[in-house]
Parts: sequence; structure tokens; C-alpha cells
Amino acid sequence: MKRLFAPPYVVWLTIFVVLPLLLIGYYSITAIDAAGNTYFTLRHFRLFFEGTEPGQPFFSRLYVNVAIRSLRLALLTTVITFVLGYPVAYIMAGKGFSDKSVLLFLFIAPMWMNFLVRTYAWLAILSRHGILNTFLTWLGLPILDILFRDAAVLLGMVYNFLPFMVLPIYTALKKMDPKVIEAAQDLGANSPNVFFRVVFPLSMPGVISGITMVFMPAAATFIIPNLLGGGQYFLLGNLVEQQFLRVGNWNFGSAIAVIMIMMMLVSTVFLSRFNKEEVREGGARI
Amino acid sequence: MRRAIRFFVVLLGLFLLAGCLGDEPSAIGPAEAETEDAPQLASSINVFNWGEFIDPAVLGIFRQETGINVIYSMYASNEEMYQRIRAGGADFDVLFPSDYMIERMINQGMLAQLNWENIPNAEHIDDRFWYMPFDPDNQYSVPYMWGTFGIMYNTTMVNEPVYSWDILWNPAFANQIFMYDASRDTMGAALRRLGFSLNTTDINEINAARDSLITQRPLVRAFLGDQIKDLMINRDGALGTVFSGDAVWARQDNPELNFIVPVEGTQIFLDSMVIPSTSIRQYEAEMFINFMTRPDIAYMNTRYVMYSTTNATTFEMLPDYMRDCEIYWPPYEVFYRLEAFADLGDFKEQFERAWTEVLAAN
Repeated sequence: MKRLFAPPYVVWLTIFVVLPLLLIGYYSITAIDAAGNTYFTLRHFRLFFEGTEPGQPFFSRLYVNVAIRSLRLALLTTVITFVLGYPVAYIMAGKGFSDKSVLLFLFIAPMWMNFLVRTYAWLAILSRHGILNTFLTWLGLPILDILFRDAAVLLGMVYNFLPFMVLPIYTALKKMDPKVIEAAQDLGANSPNVFFRVVFPLSMPGVISGITMVFMPAAATFIIPNLLGGGQYFLLGNLVEQQFLRVGNWNFGSAIAVIMIMMMLVSTVFLSRFNKEEVREGGARI
Repeated sequence: MRRAIRFFVVLLGLFLLAGCLGDEPSAIGPAEAETEDAPQLASSINVFNWGEFIDPAVLGIFRQETGINVIYSMYASNEEMYQRIRAGGADFDVLFPSDYMIERMINQGMLAQLNWENIPNAEHIDDRFWYMPFDPDNQYSVPYMWGTFGIMYNTTMVNEPVYSWDILWNPAFANQIFMYDASRDTMGAALRRLGFSLNTTDINEINAARDSLITQRPLVRAFLGDQIKDLMINRDGALGTVFSGDAVWARQDNPELNFIVPVEGTQIFLDSMVIPSTSIRQYEAEMFINFMTRPDIAYMNTRYVMYSTTNATTFEMLPDYMRDCEIYWPPYEVFYRLEAFADLGDFKEQFERAWTEVLAAN
């Protein structure tokens, strides 16, 4: 039975995952000389790390700087969605909250709409004479001019990625055996102790997959910062788009894509190791 | 696992076989039809044009008159269009590139020579738009519309005279300035402000323009494309760089707006209709170009998108307020300040590098 079902997936994965990856890898280590011959080289990677003016200190070099900005935005988005998302997931999973299906529905419903449409809506809400400022003026308050600033970019990122943090944590908390908590209470643990030494460590798989589902797409995104930041947020995604669509340098564009894949791999390995250790520790303490 | 691999190889073989079998009859079909029955027309053509650069109603008229459906797609920049065509697989019949891009595509053999007997309406095009440097023998392109790149401003928000690019570097308008989000256009404005050519191949001049744009960054509210005109109609900024047609269009909704061609000079563009050499429906594509060049259709288009027409007969049909509008039809002395883009070949990467440095600088 297993054998019968495997081949379609093998074909699918080969055509749509393995081959494109190999193609990107091939482009990233080749170049075409003046005579039109293809040769192997690592100069695209060197260009990325050296930048256009090699004398500069490492972190202020052009492309390294772009990479750092992308990672910083992804990290900030992840931290904020975690701080906002964990309490919501905890409340929804808790016994005392009866309307959890309504709240859950409210978190999922916006995801039925395309995220681009939702991001365009923010443009109309945040602009100088937009919905928010019309309302503030009506209340007699000063206007809030945040469109095309950092605040609008972060708002858009957090808004779009929050459900991806809340849902895995909610699932992890929901699946937890309430007897474990009761046991901790019977053994004399107070509420903070129950939470930090039992509940939180046991919800760690949900937290890790939440972080993975937010951090990685956030590091690769460029359209949300582009729209809400008014083209002033130049990220790794923009760089790839520019090389493919405007410059036509597929080799350098592929090299940047390979570097992004490497960054994702490193963070995946790091997170999965962290996950295993945490679960074992949490288990040992109970 | 081995069996899975064998299965996969067989399946792949089947796919390839199916591909060959599927392709052949269709490749023979139209060729036969063409040689035997000349009037047999294709049922549809693929047109690839700029966004907001046509009156959508004319596509319906074309279908009524010829029975040919127009499958219409849009692009936002010459480069995007070029990369789509160059990558292959895109099956377009009519394109609308600008001057420098036509030059590049001709040099790379990407355009088909036109059969002028199929485009009799070309006689309506104003003489001054023929024999352009990018197509010196008029073999490949039929002029469509033209315009200039300059400064649009809100007359109630800017109390100083606007005549120079310098006003975009004036700290009094911090956070009120929109810049156009395209490397060559905005770098071009900075180059002309410093007295250099739009088509410079001098690294020092490019770096000087880059540095001046970096010093301007704190004053800029956003780098945007078509959105600039919408935001300025809503009084969301005082100054912005736009193309002349967009300025005429925006003034219909907000009469407070005005547009000038800076004294230091700026870019003039001429967008023309061309047929890629990969097109297998060249006759139908030429029918479409001929249709677009007909004075009544050109009239509908220029009234809709508000860019300047290249059609002399159409110009005579326009109402006085458009013919007298200096944005739509600049006075003759302005032409001395205008410069068209030339194709820079591989040197264009230097513009993109400098532009990335401008955007990444903060």
C-alpha cells in the first residue's frame, strides 16, 4: 500500500522542489563570459559579502547591511507576535473562557482573504487623510502620521503573522493533559510555578513551530514592508526581485537565494535542537 | 526505492512522449491554415502593455470589428517586460516599449520587421516622431504616445516658485516629497540637477547623483510608482515626481495640482508599438497596431490616459483646453531641455548598484 502511494509524491517533489533547487544552485555558482561560455565561479558569493566597495567594515557593506536589516525586522516581528500571541493562546485554551470558538474564528477569518488585499487596506486606514486620522480628528485628537514609517511596517508585519504564532501555541496548550497541572498543584506549586515549570515547557513545541512559521517567512518577505514602508525598506527579497526582474542577473539573484536558504537551514537546525532539549528538561523537572 | 525510481523514470518518459504527441498536430494545424486559406485569422492575440495606458473600451471595439479577442496583460517597467520576453515562454504579439528599450531589443534581434502595407493608418502619425535614433529606418516600431518626466506640486501647499529640481532638496518640504520608484528615472533627475546627462557612463557622475539622493533621503516621504498621483490627489504630499500624462490626469480630480518641466532639463519618452520576433500571429498583430493608430481610436486612448498623442489627425480633433495645456503639449522651447534615454547595455548595472545604495542607505 505504501509503495503504491509514494511515486506521485516522488514525481511531484522532484519536479517542483528538487529540480528548481538544483537549478538555483547551478545558477549561483556559474557565470557567462564575454564569449558566451558558461564557467564555474564563486564570485557572486564574494560580491554579496564584499559589497560594491570592499574597503568598508563588514557590517556596513551594502548587501550584508541589507541582510542584517531583513533579519532584524524578522526578529522584531517574531518577538512582538510572541509577546502578543502567547497570552491570547493561553486565554483561548483555558477553562474559564467559554467563547473560544468565536475568538478562534476571529483569528482565522481574516486569513480567508489574500494578505495583499489586507495590506492595501492598511494603506487606506493609515494614510494622512485616511480612516484612522479622520476618526482621530473627529475626536479632536492630533493626527497619527505613521504611514511609510517603521511603525506602519511593524504593524503590517505583526498583523499578518500573528495568527501563525497564536494557532500552533493554542494547539499545543489545548492538547496538554490537565492532570499534569493538577498534579503540580497537588504537589504544592503556586500559580507562577505551575506556569513557568510545567505549562510553558510543555507548550514549547507549539512555541517553536510558531517561531518557525513567523520568523522564516518574515525574513523572506518584501511586499509588506515595500507597501507600508513606501519603498524605503530594501530587504533581501527586494534584492532578489531586482536582480531577476530589473537587472537580469540571474546568477547573482540565485546566489542571494542560496544564501537565504542557508540562513533558513541554520535557524531550523538551531530551533529543532532547542526544542528537543527544552522538552527533555521540562519533563525531567516534573 | 529502486522500484519507485523506475516508476518515476517511466512516468517522466510518458510525460515527454505526451508532450511531443500533443505538440505536433497543433504545430501543423495553423501553418496549414495559413498557407491554404489566407483570410483565416487567429481567434485571439496577446497584448502586453503598461498599466493604465489604454482605454479598455477600444479592446471591445476591436473584437466587434475583427472577431479577434485581445488577451491583455500589463507591466510596470520596461525592464520587467524585457525580462519576461527574454526568458521565453511568454507568447506575446504586441508590446509597448519605450525608446531605449526598443533600441536594445532591435540590437538583440528580438523584434519583427513590420509590413507597412498592413498598417496604412501610420500616415496619421506626426512626422516628427519618425526616423527616431532608436529605429532610424522605421522598420520595427509605430509611435504610440509620448510624455515628459517632471515635478507635480500642490499649489496651495508650495508657496515658493517651482522651476528647478532643487525644490525637491528643500528642507522646508521634509516629509512632503514623493519620489518615483525607478532607478533610471530618479537617478536621471538627480543627474540633470547636477548638470550631467541622463545617459552618462561616467562612474563619478553616477556616484555624485547617488550621493545627492542619499542626502535627500530624510526629506522623502516614500518611493512609489503609480500611487504618487493618487496620494497627491488626496493632498497627502506637496511635491512628487511624475510623468506628464499622470499630471494631466490627476489635475482632473484635484485642480490644485500643477506640473512643470525643470529648467535643468529632464527625460522625454516615446512609447511605440512593436511585434516580438517570436510572434506567430504577426498579421493579426499588425491589424491591431493599425487599429490603434486609427485617429478615432487614438483619440479615445489619449482622452482616457491623458498622455500626449503621436497622431497628427487625432491632435486636431482634441478640445482646445487639451491642445493649449502646456503639460499635455509643452511649448516648443521646452524641447531643448529634454533628453531621451539611450540603451546603456551592461553599464545599466552601475545604475542599479547606485540605486540600491540609495535605497539601502539608512
